[in-house]
Amino acid sequence: MQTKRTVFGSPVLPYLLVLPQLAITFVFFLWPAGQAVWQSFLREDPFGLKTSFVWFANYQKLFVDPQYLYSLQITAVFALSVAVLSIGSALVLAVAADRMIRLSQTYTTLLVWPYAVAPAVAGVMWWFMFNPTIGIMSYMLEMLGYDWNHSLNPTDAMILVVIAASWKQISYNFLFFLAGLQAIPASLNEAAAIDGAGPVKRFFTIVLPLLSPTTFFLAVVNMVYAMFDTFAVIHATTQGGPSGSTAILVYKVFQDGFIGLKLGSSAAQSVVLMVIVITLTVIQFRWVERHVEY
Amino acid sequence: MVENRPWLNIFSHIVLILGVLTVAFPVYLAFIASTHGPDDFMSGVMPVLPGPHLIDNYWQMLSQGVSTSGAPPLWRMMFNSLVMALMIAVGKIAISILSAFAMVYFRFPLRGVAFWLIFITLMLPVEVRIMPTFKVVADLHLLNSYAGLSIPLIASATATFLFRQFFLTVPDELTEASRVDGATPMMFFRDILLPLSRTNIAALFVILFIYGWNQYLWPLLITTDPQYYTVVMGIKRMADVADAIPQWNVVMATVILAMLPPVVVVVAMQRLFVKGLVETEK
Repeated sequence: MQTKRTVFGSPVLPYLLVLPQLAITFVFFLWPAGQAVWQSFLREDPFGLKTSFVWFANYQKLFVDPQYLYSLQITAVFALSVAVLSIGSALVLAVAADRMIRLSQTYTTLLVWPYAVAPAVAGVMWWFMFNPTIGIMSYMLEMLGYDWNHSLNPTDAMILVVIAASWKQISYNFLFFLAGLQAIPASLNEAAAIDGAGPVKRFFTIVLPLLSPTTFFLAVVNMVYAMFDTFAVIHATTQGGPSGSTAILVYKVFQDGFIGLKLGSSAAQSVVLMVIVITLTVIQFRWVERHVEY
Repeated sequence: MVENRPWLNIFSHIVLILGVLTVAFPVYLAFIASTHGPDDFMSGVMPVLPGPHLIDNYWQMLSQGVSTSGAPPLWRMMFNSLVMALMIAVGKIAISILSAFAMVYFRFPLRGVAFWLIFITLMLPVEVRIMPTFKVVADLHLLNSYAGLSIPLIASATATFLFRQFFLTVPDELTEASRVDGATPMMFFRDILLPLSRTNIAALFVILFIYGWNQYLWPLLITTDPQYYTVVMGIKRMADVADAIPQWNVVMATVILAMLPPVVVVVAMQRLFVKGLVETEK
């Protein structure tokens, strides 16, 4: 690990400086995470009177529980849909904005503000628009002959949360794509144009390959976003329903822990989620290392 | 741009305008809904043009709130959100800049251990360890308090990393010169490092303020006393009235007020915001 060539010498001061952060990290991060791991090996009787150590029984039960397997499946569908929808639309917008010479900044301002909107607020707005009785979207769908009802139809509910979650994430992806596009040397595009390649061909043979590191990075970040930060979108709209069809993993930890009070199972689910986050973070860091060299 | 293609330019403008409109559409409808009386949402489709109740609705929400939901007036919730967002932003920056200073400018035993302990927090979002964290906060008697709302969210590896990366680029000559002049480490920190970090602090502040303001699950769990409700979590309580249609006009007024402060911050400080966003992710 790097330090300065010149460092200060003091026996006590550095410890005092790291103490606040370490104390908070320990009390609110490491201790609870350790508790979750420990709890995942225990089984508590319904009255909380007796706990017994059950090794991996909670995990074994988890992975044969059809509801949990369903939730895994739902989470994968949800995370992939959000990533594809928000990355795709952000890319189209960024490529268009990159063509603008003077108005690029204005369009950026008009597109980035949803980043500041809370996921819960985004959820409530889309929930309102798709409201089966008065919502404008359900009204239009009805005119097209589709009877929208996200409180009864699992597919409708999933579409609703995907749209609300993606809407908020477009601005973030847009900023990263725009930065990536502006980093591509103009000479490459000019050379290709002189060789007779049109805009579409240039996009697929030059721009898209050069954007692939950005795209990969965004894919990971968007997966993490969809899996963890969208709790509020789900809680504020469908609450995991109808019949568990939008209960993604994070939502299920909350539901089983706080509402169902299945502590052992909820803790085991937390540990599974931690493993997923750590894997995704490691992938992301490996990418950053490679990216720096490149 | 390589060549002049007027049709492609027009097409790009159309794509962007459509994008801007799609992004703004939900907010437009929310705003329109907040200008109507409660009777306009009973049947048919929601209104798409402004109504006459703009001032009534906002005034009612800010001064009284919705009595049936047991929520306090909106000014109170917005004040709570503001306190929480500021405490999180200032707290994170303060503890991160200090620990980054220690890691870069000192060599002390167990430095590597401290570095890794902080690094791990990067990987554990509050949602995945929610039950045990809640228990810790309850045991410390921090439920229904500003400290409970903000302190558990203060530890942040990202801010520490940002400052660490920045300190590594500060020239060694500055440190040497201060030592020759007899400055103590804290004097060096206060008179040299802090002024140099000003832009980084501001950029981080924008990001962390938004992060703090938009918290949802955490305030939802640890506040049962309406005096500590924050506005983002309060919306849900208002929309979920038992066995009744939500009062859309006032819910949407709350939606608009809840998003206004962070959106204003982002738009007003766009340059700092983009800098903060792009650099914290690296």
